[in-house]
Amino acid sequence: MAQILMPQLGESVTEGTIAKWLKQVGDSVQKYEPIAEVITDKVNAEVPSDFEGVLTKILVEEGTTVAVGTPIAQIEEAGQQPVHADESIEVQAENGESAEARVTTEGLSRVKEQTSRVDVARPRFSPAVMHLLQEHGIDPSEISGTGLGGRITRKDVLAYLENRQITGRVQLTKTEEDLSSVAAPTKPATGPITFNETVQPSETVSAQPQNQLAQTLTGRSLREDETAIPVTPIRRTIAKRMLESKHQAPHAWTMVEVDVTNMVRFRERVKDEFKKKEGFSLTYLPLFIKAVVESLKEYPILNSEWAEDKIILKKQIHISIAVASDDALFVPVIHHADRLSVLGLAHAIHDLATRARAGKLTPADMSGGTFTVNNTGAFGSILSQPIINSPQAAILTMEAIVKKPVIMPDDSIAIRHMMNMCLSLDHRVLDGLVCGKFLAAVKKRLENMSADSIRLY
Amino acid sequence: MAIKSYIEAVTEALAEEMEADPRVFVLGEDVGVRGGVFRATAGLIERFGEDRVMDTPLAESAIVGVAIGAAMAGMRPVAEIQFADFIMPAFNQIVSEAARIRYRSNNDWDCPLVIRAPYGGGVHGALYHSQSVEALFHHVPGLKIVAPSTPYEVKGLLKAAIRDEDPVLFFEHKRCYRLIKGDVPEGDYTLPIGKANVKREGTDITVFTYGLMVHYCLEAADIVAKEGISAHIVDLVTLKPLDKDAILEGTARTGKVLIVHEDNKVGGIGAEVSAMIAEEALFELDAPIARLCGPEIPAMPYMPPLEKFYMLNPNKIADAMRKLAEF
Repeated sequence: MAQILMPQLGESVTEGTIAKWLKQVGDSVQKYEPIAEVITDKVNAEVPSDFEGVLTKILVEEGTTVAVGTPIAQIEEAGQQPVHADESIEVQAENGESAEARVTTEGLSRVKEQTSRVDVARPRFSPAVMHLLQEHGIDPSEISGTGLGGRITRKDVLAYLENRQITGRVQLTKTEEDLSSVAAPTKPATGPITFNETVQPSETVSAQPQNQLAQTLTGRSLREDETAIPVTPIRRTIAKRMLESKHQAPHAWTMVEVDVTNMVRFRERVKDEFKKKEGFSLTYLPLFIKAVVESLKEYPILNSEWAEDKIILKKQIHISIAVASDDALFVPVIHHADRLSVLGLAHAIHDLATRARAGKLTPADMSGGTFTVNNTGAFGSILSQPIINSPQAAILTMEAIVKKPVIMPDDSIAIRHMMNMCLSLDHRVLDGLVCGKFLAAVKKRLENMSADSIRLY
Repeated sequence: MAIKSYIEAVTEALAEEMEADPRVFVLGEDVGVRGGVFRATAGLIERFGEDRVMDTPLAESAIVGVAIGAAMAGMRPVAEIQFADFIMPAFNQIVSEAARIRYRSNNDWDCPLVIRAPYGGGVHGALYHSQSVEALFHHVPGLKIVAPSTPYEVKGLLKAAIRDEDPVLFFEHKRCYRLIKGDVPEGDYTLPIGKANVKREGTDITVFTYGLMVHYCLEAADIVAKEGISAHIVDLVTLKPLDKDAILEGTARTGKVLIVHEDNKVGGIGAEVSAMIAEEALFELDAPIARLCGPEIPAMPYMPPLEKFYMLNPNKIADAMRKLAEF
């Protein structure tokens, strides 16, 4: 019996959450075939099987988080199945798994010869029935079959479920008192959520203040004009990260205004040709990142993190960017952004954004960022107070470019394209002065961007 | 709404389309003065003249070849193959030319052609006047295949086929011609090619079928309903492209699938429907997919008891339904 372990899906990853089992008990599995989806670091990844054989046991339920290296499933390797059908029955009896009524392919053909015994001891289920049994965690021995030879049909299971629901409701009212001592759920709700007014989670407060808050909210009952949305694993991760960052890093905030008229004109001039040549639009983001990366080289302390007894300065510049969908936020990373031209940055951004929207990001794409640039202007924001992407030391937002009347150095008034840049900084690492200098450096680079100074290709 | 026969719906659709669009013309053996061997084109030559209702020599490859040329030149021919059994001489024209013109010319040319072909048995037509040939064409990309079962669908789909920009094989079950009657709306309407229709709602077993067998399956469903078996019956209507959504939905309805067609089983339309379900709806299945089809022998005998043996009928279908419901 071989074990599948929770893999390490990235350098800094220490744990993973099983999002979904792609294989069920009894399914045969090829070597390298994905058997489960795992969530780490805000991405979904598939866990491949190291062995060929039959999945015999799932050790970690969907929604549960376990450390890297924890066994998550057992596989009976091909070529190592029990030689006699009787033996395989014994194995399963030892496990005491009544749901393990399914047999391995080889076992099946042998057992077939002893038909009478099979019908009694191990009924065979159609895919629909098996699916329902597993989905609802039903013990098939509780259901009496009406099909040919007492086979349990899909209708039998559905009828059973309907009955159980009715009796289940009755039981719920009986145990309301017990429910009041149940702690807040630790895994995301997957089914329909029921809220019970008699549940009083505040009695079970733990030491952590954020848990207290979470539990109070969990116990909140719904009014008629409200709807509950189940929290997805990704939403939960975002919430956790944001809370941690805001708690741990003392945020300070500053903003400068930049005249990006030259840059806007430059882009206007080249964007059609760029689109034709590269097949996607040239946005401002690669230009912003170019300026930020060069300024980070000038003020490397911005590219660092707080580690209690020291400040760790990162030599490599990996820029995190934010890609939002309707219900989730991904922060993929442009690795070695300092080694890329504007064109290289544009391609990297396009690639990450496309894959983020398609749900194809890998854990590697999401890890290793050292500084975050967020293009909040893309949705029209002119001012924002970003939360630091911990453990990074700072985050910079690029706000909307707005035409404004500006007083020029020669006291004339001109219409210029103006943009705000907002920086949130971890005040443990950074102070206002160095951040001001950094922002001035970015500002200078952006204001001087023109056809003469930028090399696109 | 008027009650019309299956064949009257054919005639009405042809006449209305010829009236509305001068590019539409019909050609085939005896379609003119005789009005078609089944009288499907009766009255058309009097109304539209021999330029638009052409009697052709007994040469199917020529009928389809001419129609393909005319279609490519901007006309909208409706070719009749008097019996689908004799479509083989035109097979090369249909498969090698009509089906491929759009693809091989990179959309520069198309072939808006309809080939009407009466098919199927149970009419004492014997071997060469009873065959089902739909599966032979089902494998060919570029073709559409329609096999309606009711007069309402015949009219709406024949009109849609004539207006379609690509070649459509329109198979009419000849036993339906005068046996099946139903409401047909007056005037112009079309039905979408590629849509299946639920002909009866049920909860125990799902039956996929088409053509004459739809009616036999409905009769069989009445028989088993008295025994407490509720059959859900889906008429595929269009055989290519198959309506995948309807097939998967019908499967999910009961988890027990029976596919019924008059054509023999091996490599038939039912094989494709079955594979589609196995690929995409495995976890809906509560029983092995069952197929009830014609026997695996070349074609229908003339001798009445043997013809009866060959053809499916409501009782045979009811038996298959019972067996599946019990599983």
